[in-house]
Amino acid sequence: MTITEAHAPNPAAGDADRPIGYGRIQRKEDPRFVRGKGHYVDDIVLPGMLHGAILRSPVAHARLVSIDTTRALAHPGVVAVITGQDLLGLKLAWAPTLSADVQAVLVTDKVRFQGQEVAFVIAEDRYAARDALELIDVDYDVLPPVIDARHALDPGAPVIRDDIEGRTDNHIFDWEAGNAAETDAVFASAEVIVKQEIVYPRSHPAPMETCGAVADFEPIEGALTLYETSQAPHAHRTLFAIVSGIPEHKIRIVSPDIGGGFGNKVGIYPGYILAVVGSIVTGRPVKWVEDRSENLMSTSFARDYIMQGEIAATKDGKILALRTNVLADHGAFNATAQPSKYPAGFFHIFTGSYDLQAAHCKVTGVYTNKAPGGVAYACSFRVTEAVLLVERMVDMLARKLEMDPAELRLKNLIKPEQFPYKNKTGWEYDSGNYERALRLSMEIAGYDDLRREQKEKRARGELMGIGVSFFTETVGAGPRKHMDIVGLGMADGAELRIHPTGKAVVRISVQSQGQGHETTFAQIVAEEIGIPPEDIDVVHGDTDQTPFGLGTYGSRSTPVSGAAVALVARKVREKAKFIAAAMLETRPEDLEWEKGRWFVKGDPSVGKTMAEIAMGAHGTVALPEGIDGNLDAEVTYDPPNLTFPFGAYICVVDVDPGTGHVKVRRFIAVDDCGTRINPMIIEGQVHGGLTDGVGMALMQFIGFDEAGNNLGGSFMDYLIPTSMEVPNWETGFTVTPSPHHPIGAKGVGESATVGSPPAILNAVVDAISPLGVTHMDMPCTPARVWAAMQGRATPPI
Amino acid sequence: MQISMTMNGDEITREIEPRVLLVHFIRDELRLTGTHWGCDTSNCGTCVVLMDGVPVKSCTVLAAMADGHAITTVEGLATGATLDPVQQGFMEEHGLQCGFCTPGMMLTARALLDRNPHPDDTEIREAISGQICRCTGYATIVRSVKWAAEHPVVTENAGEEVPA
Repeated sequence: MTITEAHAPNPAAGDADRPIGYGRIQRKEDPRFVRGKGHYVDDIVLPGMLHGAILRSPVAHARLVSIDTTRALAHPGVVAVITGQDLLGLKLAWAPTLSADVQAVLVTDKVRFQGQEVAFVIAEDRYAARDALELIDVDYDVLPPVIDARHALDPGAPVIRDDIEGRTDNHIFDWEAGNAAETDAVFASAEVIVKQEIVYPRSHPAPMETCGAVADFEPIEGALTLYETSQAPHAHRTLFAIVSGIPEHKIRIVSPDIGGGFGNKVGIYPGYILAVVGSIVTGRPVKWVEDRSENLMSTSFARDYIMQGEIAATKDGKILALRTNVLADHGAFNATAQPSKYPAGFFHIFTGSYDLQAAHCKVTGVYTNKAPGGVAYACSFRVTEAVLLVERMVDMLARKLEMDPAELRLKNLIKPEQFPYKNKTGWEYDSGNYERALRLSMEIAGYDDLRREQKEKRARGELMGIGVSFFTETVGAGPRKHMDIVGLGMADGAELRIHPTGKAVVRISVQSQGQGHETTFAQIVAEEIGIPPEDIDVVHGDTDQTPFGLGTYGSRSTPVSGAAVALVARKVREKAKFIAAAMLETRPEDLEWEKGRWFVKGDPSVGKTMAEIAMGAHGTVALPEGIDGNLDAEVTYDPPNLTFPFGAYICVVDVDPGTGHVKVRRFIAVDDCGTRINPMIIEGQVHGGLTDGVGMALMQFIGFDEAGNNLGGSFMDYLIPTSMEVPNWETGFTVTPSPHHPIGAKGVGESATVGSPPAILNAVVDAISPLGVTHMDMPCTPARVWAAMQGRATPPI
Repeated sequence: MQISMTMNGDEITREIEPRVLLVHFIRDELRLTGTHWGCDTSNCGTCVVLMDGVPVKSCTVLAAMADGHAITTVEGLATGATLDPVQQGFMEEHGLQCGFCTPGMMLTARALLDRNPHPDDTEIREAISGQICRCTGYATIVRSVKWAAEHPVVTENAGEEVPA
């Protein structure tokens, strides 16, 4: 639309249809995507490029007896075959993980999970490379595997990590938070205690684009350009420098458009390293892109927590304490990406949204013969597991007390006046108004009517369930005094340049995988300095062009990088004041800001717009002492605390009494992510997370048989929700700005993934509770629900 | 072997290995990288293209099977600078996030609207049910297709709907 003077005396303020700042605008990245002009790793073709393919182990645990690559090397089109022995010579057979462990790049001694990398074929085209995999002869001496984490610490269990000197068992770590004695004391005198084992099964983020890389090593300069599917290009560059010995200034990591990440693209996988080695060895660029089975079987899984939960309360429903013992299955290598001090991530926010007297958790990590990983899948560093635990326990308590689950939550939620709230495991929740969010979700749902309908249906034998969950997230990691990943503080940088004509470029260290950073971050700058978002380019995903920072995961882009961008824009705005003063021949303190413009106090007609100031900065006006002739700035943001988004979710399901099939009829999500930058994008983030929740609660899990065969290794077996399994989402929101974040934003990327599974599971259990069921573990597939309805143990997962 | 087909309106002829999949032919041989590959098992549908106006999963079609047929990929949706209403709808209603499944979704939507210009929600959901999106949760894709249905291409003078 056209903005007329009459409607907008300050054009830089924009309006509802064309906000210059926060509001619903179309995404700046979409024009290329809808034309098929997105640019993903597999779209890259370099001159002379070769194709790599990985031979993977068909067994879970085995001594590697021999590898014969003769036939593969003789295959037409094959240029090289790399084995673990070759990598030993290059000192690259093992690479450090993100958790102070090492992981085999290619097997040298022993296979430790099915799908592990055994050899790398490099050929002229992808078909030849795949053909040659069949021609590698490998002799395995199969060993008994450890598949069930419950038996990983049994005396006599096979020792998986005999590569580590002195290892005699599969124990990785014990970690605890909270006060055990205090908690035990509360439990000892509690009127009501409910206990339950809750299993959060292994799942996988399965982004539509699998992981891949194109490595291009230039031997004369000794320079490596690596195009890869990375959510954290800067951290990857540093780690590649450490692992490979290539100096960091000679490494350029480019993450182009990424087809979904959800945590899957945080880690450094053997395939990336093999592409680099392949390029060094052959002297040509090498592309490696995994197939779907490789993605599901070898890259970062998620969850796999076996949680013993206990909740204590009074008879009238005052929740007193929570405690839990967790067995964490970390697979064959401890490659989970958590801040160093927190081997179980932020699981200790399992106290949830409730005002407790005491809490204690203990987590034991173990090795098994399964794929390594563990950060993955929109979990905010294990908050997903924590929220499932507390929300199931609260629901079970409600059933025991014969209280309505929403009512019990309302009675125990932390009250607005208690913020900032210090919980019993060391977190300081920054802000919240929980009751308002829960009441809003109940209002949208028509909660009382739903309960009435349920009562009527139950009388007719129909199985309708209503599930409630309330979650508190902890995101935006994190303050450098507390948090690092492999020694790198979790800060993010931002650089802003205003060109002479008033157009801008902002460079950020985080990496979009579809979240719309090019739009959101332009809007933050626009809000702060009044340059329209379409005049602001957001540059990301190239370490040569962007400042250092730890990247996008744990919903940290807006809380950390968004803060950096707001602050760098304010720095530019402040600098603009001095330049405007020089141009207007007045003092900076005599100027006043309105969006997009500094003007003389008391005389609004005399002023300079940002574009005029930008030209002035690069022009000939005499600048005050200490002001450079540009309108640029840079910052690195170290967050003072994490942010704590929250939400109230209600799910309505119908369970088919004849088949156990669960239909999600309605889902109501009320989210509070603080200040809202682009409501359209926020809604999209929530919708995606809710769909993940349906997948985890009802359909998808990575199971294994006793031999360690992965039973979820393709989309035939690992089921992802389609348009038919999900309802039309009903969303609402409240706004409780973060008090410590420069713009009050809290992050929203993972909220719905964290909050929705317990709402769905609670609804399913509610639906089948007339049959005497008090709990079942996810996923609630028809077969498992049916078994639960018959009073049988659910089939193993 | 030699194959010929109409690709986004252009007649093309190429020499190929008989086993080459249509998705690889489109991406690697023709360098039309808007068509993506996602799963190997015909489950995800990110590789959907139109063959004679019907959505097919190009990872499950040999390039040889496309011989003599007309293929439309995402690159063929727009007419010059004018977007297909489906493309516009996806931008208007936030029908995409990472953009990876988007080409396939849009082509299926185009095929749906060609045979059913005014689909209801259920018809749209059924049409895209063979395709996976990990980002959007589908509701905004449904809205995007409805937007396209409500904003068909019209000729300047006649006001009649024309195929995009």
